[in-house]
Amino acid sequence: MSNKDIKLVQLPSPNFVPERDRDKPLMLEVSHLGIDFGGLTAVNEFNIGISPTEIAGLIGPNGAGKTTVFNLLTKVYEPTRGTILLDGKDTHGMNTIQVNQAGIARTFQNIRLFDKLTVEDNVKIGLHNSIKYHMPTGVFRLPKYWREEKKAHERALELLSIFDMQDMAGYIAGSLPYGAQRRLEIVRALATGPKLLLLDEPAAGMNPSETSELMENIEKIRDEFKIAILLIEHDMNLVMGVCESIAVLNFGEIIAKGTPAEIQNNPKVIEAYLGADEESSN
Amino acid sequence: MDNIKRKYSKKTISSFINYGIVIAFFLVLQILSVTGHLGSSMKGQLIPICSYIIMALSLNLVVGISGELSLGHAGFMSVGAFSGVVAASSLADAVPNGIIRLLIALMVGALFAGLAGMVIGIPVLRLQGDYLAIVTLAFGEIIKNVLNCLYVGADSKGLHFSLKDQQSLHMESSGKVILSGPMGALGITKLSTFFIGIVLIILVLFYIQNFVNSRPGRAIAAIRDNRIAAEACGIPVTKYKLMAFVTSAAMAGAAGALYALNYSTVVPKKFDFNTSILVLVFVVLGGIGNLRGSIIAATVLTILPELLREFQDYRMLVYAVVLILVMLITNNEKAMEYLRKTIKKLLKSKSEGRHTT
Ligand SMILES: Nc1ncnc2c1ncn2[C@@H]1O[C@H](COP(=O)(O)OP(=O)(O)OP(=O)(O)O)[C@@H](O)[C@H]1O
Ligand SMILES: [Mg+2]
Repeated sequence: MSNKDIKLVQLPSPNFVPERDRDKPLMLEVSHLGIDFGGLTAVNEFNIGISPTEIAGLIGPNGAGKTTVFNLLTKVYEPTRGTILLDGKDTHGMNTIQVNQAGIARTFQNIRLFDKLTVEDNVKIGLHNSIKYHMPTGVFRLPKYWREEKKAHERALELLSIFDMQDMAGYIAGSLPYGAQRRLEIVRALATGPKLLLLDEPAAGMNPSETSELMENIEKIRDEFKIAILLIEHDMNLVMGVCESIAVLNFGEIIAKGTPAEIQNNPKVIEAYLGADEESSN
Repeated sequence: MDNIKRKYSKKTISSFINYGIVIAFFLVLQILSVTGHLGSSMKGQLIPICSYIIMALSLNLVVGISGELSLGHAGFMSVGAFSGVVAASSLADAVPNGIIRLLIALMVGALFAGLAGMVIGIPVLRLQGDYLAIVTLAFGEIIKNVLNCLYVGADSKGLHFSLKDQQSLHMESSGKVILSGPMGALGITKLSTFFIGIVLIILVLFYIQNFVNSRPGRAIAAIRDNRIAAEACGIPVTKYKLMAFVTSAAMAGAAGALYALNYSTVVPKKFDFNTSILVLVFVVLGGIGNLRGSIIAATVLTILPELLREFQDYRMLVYAVVLILVMLITNNEKAMEYLRKTIKKLLKSKSEGRHTT
């Protein structure tokens, strides 16, 4: 099914979701979210609803506040106002670690890998909370250590194979080419077993063929893992190609929401981008 | 696949080389000692070398593997030394066997130093930044000053403590003073042996090497590489930092007990800031995160001042120059490469020489 013929349906709440998810509770429901940095209001009145298998996009000019939204969802910053419901549960009072354990995983705009560890160990860090043994078992190399490590090793290779990276398992993560580092970050995030995956500019620095491969893989991940994905991206081909719904952010506020087709023809969106283009070309 | 297997076995081989080096070190010195080729001043250095190796290994767990700076490692050594001495002295009658008493003292030293590590680590490791360096620096000084006015005695009723003077211990006339303020521990029965020291090194090595290649060790390395990403992966950052720090403190405590029970008297001033820095120098010179380097640096730099005795007044000058040279060489890729090549050539020409004769 191409996403071009996706229909969004209105829920009782002011949210639109893909038709197939209409009867399922929302995976993420954010209302009135906002944060001030001193005098600067970076995000304000941010509302979004994402259904359990939706691929949603968050776009907007540079400095619009997109990454800040991710940092709020993952509690890198504590929101000044608003609520975040993940799978119906309020994440108020949780920290970054607990939010991940509750089901949100992310990648970073400026890649944050464990540079000195191997590719496999990076994935195993994602698997950390599903590897079930404690320190003494590890130090004394009890049978459980070998069993669990073998399981983790196999699972790590399996996850790496999504991006055909299983042959790179032994490489040092910091030495990988840029595109591979971005893919590894996605694998590591998936390894934590999320219900919602946040991708911050996953195609940045990738060449066109890498990008189109990534588009296929994003859909593959959604289909195989049955998770919701929210992605930030400046590459409009990717956004319009894989996202079922798109929210547009400008100066910290949502100025438009809708299907790719609706967003493409929205005059407010065009204006926001043209305005930003003029600024950056000066 | 192949790649990974090779890498794992390389790690394992490297671990076993480390055990091998320690055992070889023991055997060589033991043989030299038995055959009378070891001077008495060198003999006296054997147990301190073991202590310093453990100090360097344990500090490497914090500095190299966990990526935090600790400037008060001697403080933990001190806690271990004096609690170990108190345990050994007060159990003199109850546990006549010296080896068992030594083992108890090592455990008591590790326990108390570990507790001290926990008291410092719980509040400080929650913070980001270099707070640990500042707090451990202060801890080292505070411990030294507290021990400088701590009096401990034992009589038939048990242990007596005072922060004032010997009289305030209010002991029976048969009681004996174990710690006596700035005079430190007096009349210690020498229990430490070179063999136990080596066993302790092997245990510490075993612990650290296996720890690093297991789930918690991996988490600690990840936190060092990128704390924010580790949190985003659901790693409980504070818990693992604390785990590494407390373990390291406990190991330093055992090293302290081993050290103290090698002498008849030990003063609190021995474990001051200079000692903390000395251990840090072992770690930095041996290579941060490099366990074998720590072992070699601790050994060489402990023996070196003894070997430099013939330089008399210029001893510390030569010591400093050697330090600078080693630092320059180990931190310079070209120099290391040259060194490796020369060693290889030397070995080759030697073995060739052997073949032809
Ligand atoms: N920690 C912070 N302190 C102060 N201001 C911040 C902080 N983080 C972000 N901002 C500000 O908030 C605004 C939004 O930044 P953000 O990084 O979210 O933009 P973005 O939409 O991700 O842009 P880009 O497309 O360039 O990645 C910017 O003006 C930025 O300077
Ligand atoms: Mg951004």
